[in-house]
Amino acid sequence: AAASFGGWRRAFMSLDQDLNILRDDVDSKSKDFVENRNAMEELLLDLRQQVEKVRLGGGSKALERHKKRNKFLPRERIDHLLDPASPFVELSQLAGLELYDEPLAAGGIVTGLGLVHGQLCMFIANDPTVKGGTYYPITVKKHLRAQEIAAQCNLPCIYLVDSGGANLPRQADVFPDRDHFGRIFYNQAQMSAAGIPQIALVLGSCTAGGAYVPAMADESVIVKGNGTIFLAGPPLVKAATGEDVSPEDLGGAALHCKVSGVADHFAADELHALAIGRKIVQNLHLAGVTNKAPQDCFKSVDEKIREPLYSTEELHGIVPTDRRKSYDVRSVIARIVDGSEFNEFKKLYGTTLVTGFARIMGQPVGIVANNGILFTESALKGAHFIQLCAQRHIPLIFLQNITGFMVGSRSEASGIAKAGAKMVMAVACAKVPKITIIVGGSYGAGNYGMCGRAYSPNFLFMWPNARISVMGGSQAAGVLAQVEREKHKRDHTTWSAEEEEKFKAKVMDGYDKEGHPYYASARLWDDGIIDPADTRKVLALCLSACSQTAPQVSSYGVFRM
Amino acid sequence: PIHKEDKVKRVGIKKILIANRGEIACRVMRTAQKLGVQTVAVYSDADRHAKHVHDADEAVHIGPAPASASYLNASAIVTAALETQAQAIHPGYGFLSESSQFAELCKQKGIIFMGPPSAAIQAMGDKSVAKTMMSAAGVPVVPGYHGEDQSVLLLQAEANRIGYPVLIKATQGGGGKGMRIVHSESEFSESLASAQRESQAAFGDSRVLIEKYVSQPRHIEVQIFGDKHGNVVHLNERDCSVQRRHQKIIEEAPAPHITSEFRQRIGQAAVNAAKAVGYESAGTVEFIVDTLSGDFYFMEMNTRLQVEHPVTEMVTGQDLVEWQIRVASGEVLPLQQDQIKLSGHSFEARIYAENVPKGFLPAAGLLHHYHPPAISSTVRVESGVGKGDAVSVFYDPMIAKLVVWGQDRSAALIKLHDCLTKFQISGLPTNIGFLKTLANHHAFAAGDVDTHFIERFKPDLLPVPLVKQDDAVPQETRVGAALAAAAISTTSSRSKEMGSKGFIWNSELGFRLNHEYSRILHFDWKPEAGDVPLVPLALRVTHGKLGDYTVEGHKLEKICITGKQVESDSHEYRLHVNNKSTSLSLVQFHQGGVSHVDLWEGERHHQFTVPMPQFDTSDELSGEHRSSGGQHERNQVQTPGAVIAPMAGRVVKLFADNGIKVKKGDAILVLEAMKMEHVVKAPVEGWVRGCKIEVGQQVSDNTILCHIEVGILEMN
Repeated sequence: AAASFGGWRRAFMSLDQDLNILRDDVDSKSKDFVENRNAMEELLLDLRQQVEKVRLGGGSKALERHKKRNKFLPRERIDHLLDPASPFVELSQLAGLELYDEPLAAGGIVTGLGLVHGQLCMFIANDPTVKGGTYYPITVKKHLRAQEIAAQCNLPCIYLVDSGGANLPRQADVFPDRDHFGRIFYNQAQMSAAGIPQIALVLGSCTAGGAYVPAMADESVIVKGNGTIFLAGPPLVKAATGEDVSPEDLGGAALHCKVSGVADHFAADELHALAIGRKIVQNLHLAGVTNKAPQDCFKSVDEKIREPLYSTEELHGIVPTDRRKSYDVRSVIARIVDGSEFNEFKKLYGTTLVTGFARIMGQPVGIVANNGILFTESALKGAHFIQLCAQRHIPLIFLQNITGFMVGSRSEASGIAKAGAKMVMAVACAKVPKITIIVGGSYGAGNYGMCGRAYSPNFLFMWPNARISVMGGSQAAGVLAQVEREKHKRDHTTWSAEEEEKFKAKVMDGYDKEGHPYYASARLWDDGIIDPADTRKVLALCLSACSQTAPQVSSYGVFRM
Repeated sequence: PIHKEDKVKRVGIKKILIANRGEIACRVMRTAQKLGVQTVAVYSDADRHAKHVHDADEAVHIGPAPASASYLNASAIVTAALETQAQAIHPGYGFLSESSQFAELCKQKGIIFMGPPSAAIQAMGDKSVAKTMMSAAGVPVVPGYHGEDQSVLLLQAEANRIGYPVLIKATQGGGGKGMRIVHSESEFSESLASAQRESQAAFGDSRVLIEKYVSQPRHIEVQIFGDKHGNVVHLNERDCSVQRRHQKIIEEAPAPHITSEFRQRIGQAAVNAAKAVGYESAGTVEFIVDTLSGDFYFMEMNTRLQVEHPVTEMVTGQDLVEWQIRVASGEVLPLQQDQIKLSGHSFEARIYAENVPKGFLPAAGLLHHYHPPAISSTVRVESGVGKGDAVSVFYDPMIAKLVVWGQDRSAALIKLHDCLTKFQISGLPTNIGFLKTLANHHAFAAGDVDTHFIERFKPDLLPVPLVKQDDAVPQETRVGAALAAAAISTTSSRSKEMGSKGFIWNSELGFRLNHEYSRILHFDWKPEAGDVPLVPLALRVTHGKLGDYTVEGHKLEKICITGKQVESDSHEYRLHVNNKSTSLSLVQFHQGGVSHVDLWEGERHHQFTVPMPQFDTSDELSGEHRSSGGQHERNQVQTPGAVIAPMAGRVVKLFADNGIKVKKGDAILVLEAMKMEHVVKAPVEGWVRGCKIEVGQQVSDNTILCHIEVGILEMN
């Protein structure tokens, strides 16, 4: 029946009661659901095991040696710095996974966000149990990425320094280029200039270039005994000048606090250093940060948090094991947003892209989610919606599950490239916080339009079932097989169906491996792999982290009409 | 000779000054305000921000903290009354309430003293005089010697005549000071000498009296009231038998196991006693009742409103302070004897800041948490302090009086126990746990009370010291620590820094990516039984994905806990523990560099401290290596030779000096607090070192006074 009632009843209710709540009829007892859930839970189990391994750092021997020096592990150091029970969002836990011949747990560096005295901070902690904390190329990349996030979100940086500096055998890949070792100090200088506090706790050695981390910091702490800062260690000094000097005398806490002034605070032991670190953060006063959001910016944040109507755990059973199978992305949205309330925009137009407004733990967001292949209309709708959110300073959430833009003559004729370009232009230029979650496939230009890594989203996370590559493995195999077959035809050589299958399988295997989230995460194409059930929390925390900046006005380039 | 005024003038009292502090001052003000009478408080330096000052309409500063310079400063108080144009002074109890000079001074200055005439105070103040008068008036008195002749020989002879055991009491005494029990002739002279010394020190008068000592006595007292027209009534009796250090801690009305015939007899005796001295206003006649024979003897009369008067108010439905004000105004007593009813039963428990295991030594400190049970028509909480207030060493360490009423004795007792369970205080040691045990004791429940009750049941009532450390930790303490750990984990570190109220980072406690956050919380359990070392407990708390917590520890099976703070910033929690839902209260505070965690759960009150890492910063200057290596250190670092102040107090005597050799048990110094002297002895044999104490210095509880160095003294 149509909603018709006399005006006299209106006084007891407002019209927006229960409007636009996603009704979901996912049957958690169905065979599909159970199968999906089992598959997802297997992936998650593997992920947790990988993370567990990473958390052990550089192996038991190195751990033992480390503990013997009265040192805490990097994550323990961070836990001591954090407010009791503060959330900690660790970034790129699987960085460096199977990237080099030797294992490099977490890329040899732990980064992440958490609270110190209620102040959200970025932590960058060397793991000396992993190759002496030396910087591999991925270590540098992860360090720079953490700094990038800190700069983007105005987060004070706390460097827990315990590193042997650049990894000498790989110096060519870590030293000279723009985004190499030197950039760390450049970033420190830039952030310090922007009023973003840079704090260094020297808990171990800080040699050569590493010496600049505390030296470039606004405020630094050094631990007696374990902490040393010098441009060249005793062996090099001996070789260069013949001077015989102990590490402590050359660059220990006493020297740097009393004589050189390279460090500011003298700590009796590591715990003391961490305690001083907390005090430093407590005494920060961030009023001077120019692009910090004014208080009334958060006017629109709901004070009371409404949970979604459906359990976030059910996300495990919603994502099909078969990536080709489609499912309604609204089932995902219903399990992420407050009260499962989703105010859809242009619901009936370009239906393969779902756009709309919602809240995540009280924070307003605009959601752009794939629900199939992108058509011209979907791309136009996307561009429109992104502009709308930028106009209103509403952060954008991209839920990527995209095989790409529609191909074919009809599509080309409709100007799909033009429409796609509009969406890419909008995504690239919208100056609002953007967070991308790859919930399924991320292929081709779809990755661009849906704010892939190249579009500098503030954060990008993947689900364990996700895949990322220029196109799907089978498509690539098909294309490459066709090229190969033609080559054989030109050379008049035979190419049996069996050989072709083998060829295809090889290509598909390669794509499968390189499209896997572990492969992506190892190379820092994302900021980490997350449990779908944690998506809501991760989004909420990261949104909050990137809402610390003042709203900016977006301006766009030329939209091809 | 007692002179009685014939013509009584009626005075409409519009304003009274209360020459007291604490709960009694607040209590008097409450009735005054009910009657529309203006109130004036007086205060010392220590009480500038006290509740009684806040509650009064006006307040006048009368001097520095020590009572002798403020609340005992009669002229300053009278001046304050004159300046504020108060017509009357209510003296409360203690301080000047039983000073005949003060009553006289008031009279001279034309101020109504809300108490008996000075002559009556004087008569009853001298115990020998009082007994002689009582004997004359036909009030039974304990056989004894109350003569002026104080020669040792005579006193000895009199003691022999009365027959042992006898009691030596200071003539001017009270509150158990200058009192000795002598069981045989041979002990007499030594006991006499020490009683005389103590009496001389406390009252400036060494005279004593000797009485028959009743071995199983009950302390029953009768509330009486007289007016200016010669009427005297009694408002039934109270039993105050349960005492420690000769001071009452729990009182009740009516007295258990007495007949109405006995009640009438003892009541009449009290009325006769009061009439004999021409009594006016509220007074209490104390009797000693021989449990064995059923005889009662006059002991003394307290010429003031007593601490325990509320129990009488509860069972008679009267407001005794209102009676005092009306009598002072010249009115006739509101009720005649046959109009005074007795209904139900009432208990009063006195909640003291004191160290029960250390022999009920008075304590002082800050009330970091003060949460009394909810008051109602049957529950009264009389207190002069609140959260954040200090119990100072200058005055009585009573924190509050808990008064309950029930249909009969057992109903009242249940209520008393329940209210004690809900009485939450932290920041200083109290006797609440002791009172709870007492209220739960079978003999007390049976009304089987006498003045030796606590001595008799000591093993039941006092916490037993632990023999072995870790093994002896009760399971409920481990569970309590686990609950505290879970409750603390639900408490977010709220901050105003990030502005918006819904700052997400404060809500997702313990969130971690792809692994669970667990941490180890260290507690030190402080057993109730005095001087035992703290017992370290460590608990691993793991934050579950669904806002649940798993707590495990040594000898503690995994406990699953969910729940939250009832309201943010409140100390109340509702936790679901292994399928049971419980309420608990948790308070955290820092005091003297120590972090405390107090937990109330069911009937239990657990007290923990949190060990904090100690950072040795001395080598910032010296370069010497002495670091804690990140180890948690216990708060009380007690070397065997440390001489520790058992209570807060003032050093009155110093025997030992640096470098002097002492034997174990030798007196090091004497501390005085609450008019009580306590000798601090050497814990071990050795040489005194590091003593920086001076006579007259104030020291606080648990401070290290000096060290006894065992081993050879280095000569340098």
